Formats: sequence, C-alpha cells, structure tokens
Amino acid sequence: MMGFAGQLSLGHSLYVGVAAYVAGGLFFHFGIGPWAGLWLAMLACVLIGAAIGFLAFRFGISGVYFALLTIAFAEFTRIGFDHLGWTGGPGGMFLKVAQRDQTDLLHFRGPPAMYYYAMLVLAAGAFALCAWLLRSRAGYYWQAIRENEEAAQALGINTFRWKMFAMMISSAMTAVAGVFFAFYYNNLFPEQIFHISRSIEIILGPIIGGVGTLFGPVLGAAVLTVLGDSITELLAALGWEIPGVKHVFYGVVLLAVIMFLPNGIWPALARRLGVGK
Amino acid sequence: MTLAVAGVTKSFRGLKAVAEASFDVAEGSIVGLIGPNGAGKTTLFNVIAGVYAPDAGSVAFLGKSISGLRPDQVCAAGIGRTFQIVKPFAGLSVLDNVIVGALQRCKSVSAAKSYAEHIVAKLNLDAKRNLPASSLTLPDRKRLEVARALATRPKLLLLDEVMAGLRPTECDQMVQVFRDLNRAEGLTILLIEHVMRAVMALAQHIVVLHHGEIIARGAPEHVVRDPAVLECYLGEEAQI
Repeated sequence: MMGFAGQLSLGHSLYVGVAAYVAGGLFFHFGIGPWAGLWLAMLACVLIGAAIGFLAFRFGISGVYFALLTIAFAEFTRIGFDHLGWTGGPGGMFLKVAQRDQTDLLHFRGPPAMYYYAMLVLAAGAFALCAWLLRSRAGYYWQAIRENEEAAQALGINTFRWKMFAMMISSAMTAVAGVFFAFYYNNLFPEQIFHISRSIEIILGPIIGGVGTLFGPVLGAAVLTVLGDSITELLAALGWEIPGVKHVFYGVVLLAVIMFLPNGIWPALARRLGVGK
Repeated sequence: MTLAVAGVTKSFRGLKAVAEASFDVAEGSIVGLIGPNGAGKTTLFNVIAGVYAPDAGSVAFLGKSISGLRPDQVCAAGIGRTFQIVKPFAGLSVLDNVIVGALQRCKSVSAAKSYAEHIVAKLNLDAKRNLPASSLTLPDRKRLEVARALATRPKLLLLDEVMAGLRPTECDQMVQVFRDLNRAEGLTILLIEHVMRAVMALAQHIVVLHHGEIIARGAPEHVVRDPAVLECYLGEEAQI
C-alpha cells in the first residue's frame, strides 16, 4: 500500500503491536475470542493510522520526515506499553496455551499446520486485495500521487483523502497480521513487538522484492525468510551458533539489491521472463 | 463569461508577481497570454488553477467564484491545465497517465480506459501508448500533458507553453488539434505561449503581461504593433 502511494512507513510494528495487544488483551481479560477481537483490533489500528496520516498529510510531512514520524509513534507506543498494567507491562502478556493437538479455529488454537494454512489463506487474501485495488480507481490515484503529487492534484485527485485511505487500508491489513501474531506466539512483550527491527522487517520484503509491485513483496519476503532461516539452520548444523547472522544476511541482501537491482528483484526478473509487473 | 479574473494580485515576499490583473475569457474563445520571461504569466495560471490563493482580487468560473479552491476542486469545476515544466507520471505508461485524468469524469476504470484511448489517438500518441512516460521525448511529453488535461473533460483548458521545443510542423499539428477541439466541442482555451506562430494562428484575443501588470490587450494584429508591447519585448530604441 505504501509502495503504491509512495509513503515510506518505518513504524508498522505499531499496528502489529496494537492489534496483537487489543485482541490478546480482550481474550486474556474478558475471554473474547480472536474473531471478534480482530474487528476491534482493526478498528483501533485504522483510527491510529488515520490520526498519524492526518497529522502527516495535513501538515505536508513526506519522505524521510514521514518515515521518522512513523518511527516516533511506534517508539513512544512501545515505551507507553511498558508502563501499562493492563497489558502486563514489560513483563509481558501470556495467553493460555491450549492443547495443540486439536484444531479449534473458533478460538484460533491448534497445531502449527493450522497456523500455516491460516497464514497462507491470509497472504493470498492480502495479495488478491492488493491486486484488485491496484486495478481500481484507488490504484491509479495512488500511483499518480507517488509519481507526481502536484500533477495528480491538477487532474482532480484529492491527494489528502487518497493518502489517508492508503494509510487506513495499510494499517487494517497490518492489524490482521498482528492478531494472528498474538495467537500464534501467545506471549507479547512491548520490547519485541513494537521494536523498530520489526517495522524494518515488514518494509524490507517490499524493498528487496520491488516497491509498488504485486509480486515484489511476496518474493522479497520469501527470499529473506527462506534464505535467512536456512543460513541460520545451516550454520547451526555445522555447529556454529552465531547470533544475529540473519540480520547480517539481511544487510548483505539489501546492499546487493541496492547496488545491482535498485528497483528490486521482481521488476528485473519480470523483464527477464517477459511478463508484466 | 467562462472565466473572469478581477483585480488579481499575488506577491512572493516583496515581489509583486501579478498586480491587479483583470481580464475575461469569453465562452468558446481562444485567448493568448503573452509577455517576456518573468512577467508573471505562470503565477497567474497557478492562481487560476488553485495552486496559490490570490492576495487580492477574485477569479470566477462560469459565474462562480473559484478563488481559494484547491487544485483538485478547480479541476472538478471544469478547468484542465498543463504544466510548463512537464510533470508526467514517469513510471506509468502513456495510456495509464491519461486514464488517471479520465477517471475524473468516468465512473469506472474501463470507461476511463476507453475514453483515454480516444484522447491518446487524438494527440498522435497511439503508437507509444504502452511505453512508460519516462521514455518519451520532450515534444511527446508535452502532448501527454495536453492529453492528460483533456481527459478530465474540461470546459476551459489552460495551456502553459505547450508549443515550446516543437518543430514548426509539430507546432502546426498541435495548433490544428486545438482548433478542432475549439470548433467541434466548443472548448475554451487560455494559452501562455512564446511561439508567436502558434499564438497568431490560434488566439482571437491577446493579453500582454509585463512585470505583473497587463499593459495591452486586443486583437493579435493590433497588439503586436502596440508601442508598449514592442518596448517591453525589444527595448525602447526599437520604437519607431
């Protein structure tokens, strides 16, 4: 979403975290299931996204400054959550881990395979939503805003409204991921979930795969996760436990992509294969 | 009256870019706005198009005040504009560029697409419609600017130096396009232009701006003989 509208956010951990805590907290304190919590989590994230978007776009904050603003919001929310009793503060919040041998989709409890398929469906859904949006009026308008905001405005596009819309959709989609995160890991620490490295991981996939393309983020995330994890595993198998090797690998990939494929892997691959973006 | 500019003043810090400019553009007419570099022509365009709010004075379009509206609201009201320094959506194809404009009046993307195809053909960009806008030459980018603005189906088209950099034959082609639009569809046009060949061929009425003030107006053949106009373009000695 950010790739289409050209606004770089480095604070998407904010939505992951807020959504995880909203849904997790409702379950923990009131026993409200994840499917009901999901809607409230999305609502909360959309409201926060709209508030940040309003501040940024109303006062013409863009580019690097927009990225800094999103980091600032994610960071002070992290610090804030450290001091919230309701969420367990820095000690974390622990959701009851039920038996993992039976599938209970209603409460989103089950074996790892269930999570795998749930994530797969989710990713496919997100992809389909993006594909549809890209071909709609919103997609054209967002790309126009990304390419040249002044010209977009001259063609009758209310750039403020459409950027707000991008922000709200993006935060809602991230919220869904946040809820799944909460019920997959079952324990939530502000230090982890709001951490800037999570935001960077979120945005790294699209940057490496190709910002503003449909397949780019999928490919980028796949490259990072599959190669990153297999390197860690490989080294572990060889008997070397090197903490942080995954992040060194991320850095190397990022450098290589910036040097050789500044538009990302997917546009170059698509050209080679002779298919559209 | 399609456009009525009344006493518009716009200053940047101390500099008065436009000083109490007043002129009208009648429905279905083509009006040329000329003047030396730095005369305030583009600033005046930007005031009309909503990029700047005027410090004083007002702009009315079809009898309604549009001063203080945002550029997108001005476009929605029915004024299309091109930029002197072209601003294509570089990463999008030529056709997609025009579709963005066409979406202003079309309900669906498919309707916008077919309208955009029609406009692209009209401006001889058909062969290049699937190329990215970044690959176009400057004359083609100027054509794309016009196509995009036309796709919003304006009642008044503001053209900011679209002939600059075109060869005489290309210039004549472009003149023909505007003449057709003006005659067939009654499109009202206000153009800033340095290429006198195009101004003389198109404009029925000319307004001359110098140091932000209107120093002459009237039919083209009168204006080009006006001593004040000759002075500002050529210097005092050129006067006969």
